[in-house]
Amino acid sequence: MTASEISFFILAVLSVAAALVVVFGKNIVHAALALVLTFCSVAGIYVLLDAEFLAAVQILLYVGGITILILFAIMLTSRISGGGVRILNEQVGVSLVVVGGLLLLIVSVLWNASFAGSAPPPVQTTPYIGRLLITTYLLPFEVASILLLAALIGALILARKEKE
Amino acid sequence: MVPLHSYLILGGILFAIGMFGALTRRHAIGILMSIELMFNAANLSFVAFSRYLPESALRGQVFAIFVITVAAAEAAVGLAIVLGLYRNFKTVNVDEINLMKW
Repeated sequence: MTASEISFFILAVLSVAAALVVVFGKNIVHAALALVLTFCSVAGIYVLLDAEFLAAVQILLYVGGITILILFAIMLTSRISGGGVRILNEQVGVSLVVVGGLLLLIVSVLWNASFAGSAPPPVQTTPYIGRLLITTYLLPFEVASILLLAALIGALILARKEKE
Repeated sequence: MVPLHSYLILGGILFAIGMFGALTRRHAIGILMSIELMFNAANLSFVAFSRYLPESALRGQVFAIFVITVAAAEAAVGLAIVLGLYRNFKTVNVDEINLMKW
């Protein structure tokens, strides 16, 4: 086993275990902290895939931004309670069947698929991504900025206390 | 070198776990977190394809950046909705919010 295979295996096990804690964790704060671990291991897998820029974006935006936002929302809403409270609704059986079927489908399709081409030698990706974003993907880039502005204003209006 | 299939199967497993959470969690923020897991699984597949298929020319990574942008917007609006729900219903368990259920 090479170093990259070993690190992939460790990161994969870590991310799946943390994802299971996110879904089945009794305490919602623990689930949010496990989410941080999942995001970090996915960022590690991005590094293995030679996508350093995306790994940095993942850490900055997901770990630094979204998780903090989620923790704030948890603190503002729920009374933090430990065990005793039911965390899953009564659809567990049906969901298990649906999700198991989906997973089986994904794995069986991937098992039989063969993809042409093998990995080319790694290149420095960050400058190319920057160039793509301001040339080929300029329009989606601007649309994304408008989407962010709209989401910002929408979130403000939704979260604001109504007068009177 | 780790084969492409391993990354894709890992993405599939993470997606399935996230989907199970989105379908069964009672806590509204738990559902949002599960949806973030699903976004991550999809991004993982995008990045893996963009690394292993040379003719893709980094399109997968650019698409993953846009997915992260939309996920950030979704989290902000979703959490604002959760705050509004808590203000009006004094609960964040989605199965207790059944005002419009017959």
